[in-house]
Amino acid sequence: MLAPAHLPPRDPGERERYRVELATDLSRVGEVVETVCACCFAGIPPTPRTQFRLCTVLAEAVANAMLYGNGGDPARRVVIEVALGEDQMVIAVSDDGDGFEHNVMPLPIGEESREATRGRGLFMIHRLADQVAFNDRGNTIWMTLPRR
Amino acid sequence: MPFSASQAANNVSVVRVEGQLIVANRQELKQMVQDALDQGARRFVFDFTPTAYIDSSGLGALVSMSKRVRQAGGDLRLAGLNEDLRSLFELTKLDTLFAIFETPAEALVGY
Repeated sequence: MLAPAHLPPRDPGERERYRVELATDLSRVGEVVETVCACCFAGIPPTPRTQFRLCTVLAEAVANAMLYGNGGDPARRVVIEVALGEDQMVIAVSDDGDGFEHNVMPLPIGEESREATRGRGLFMIHRLADQVAFNDRGNTIWMTLPRR
Repeated sequence: MPFSASQAANNVSVVRVEGQLIVANRQELKQMVQDALDQGARRFVFDFTPTAYIDSSGLGALVSMSKRVRQAGGDLRLAGLNEDLRSLFELTKLDTLFAIFETPAEALVGY
């Protein structure tokens, strides 16, 4: 079961919160990224760099939640929550899975693994988001990015 | 359609990637390249000029397609990456795996 709340407690600088819940369906990843980005940047046009960072980490986190967290099971849900502050935003992506050992996830990508066809996702999230954290169970990821 | 293919001089296939290359559409691109390989194409230029972002599944698909093309005796070049996409390739060391050109026109020179 998903925890009832995935975002940290409200920060005094927080302006808005959004929540999107969807079934596991990889074909909808692009659509949900577009929807969440539209919420995050409503009225505040982002820099191209910020837009790129948000789109990439969000697509990555949602795909991970569907593929690895929910095992591709269409009966399982993914929840995306966004807390928008004046200067930054926190995005939480949660799945119905058992979580994973996020503390031992190898991050560096060396020359030897450059021909690997997988294994870059979490590394990319860590490098593109300002902050990354997980809940204890490992089925929610929090990513902090600038608002502009 | 997120992908479109056209034929340039010297029988080079130019594939344009519109919007994004992610987990949701990577198979479609892989199938397009495989079909082209089956029909005898061996040289490819991937044009990322209209591409906003690529996730790790998309990068993995590019690596996979590159292997297939090379195994078939062909070659695959990338072009039109914006500054952010270029930095993503550098971050993941994939800039050392692919031949990357500023524009599709430059990728076609001498190909």
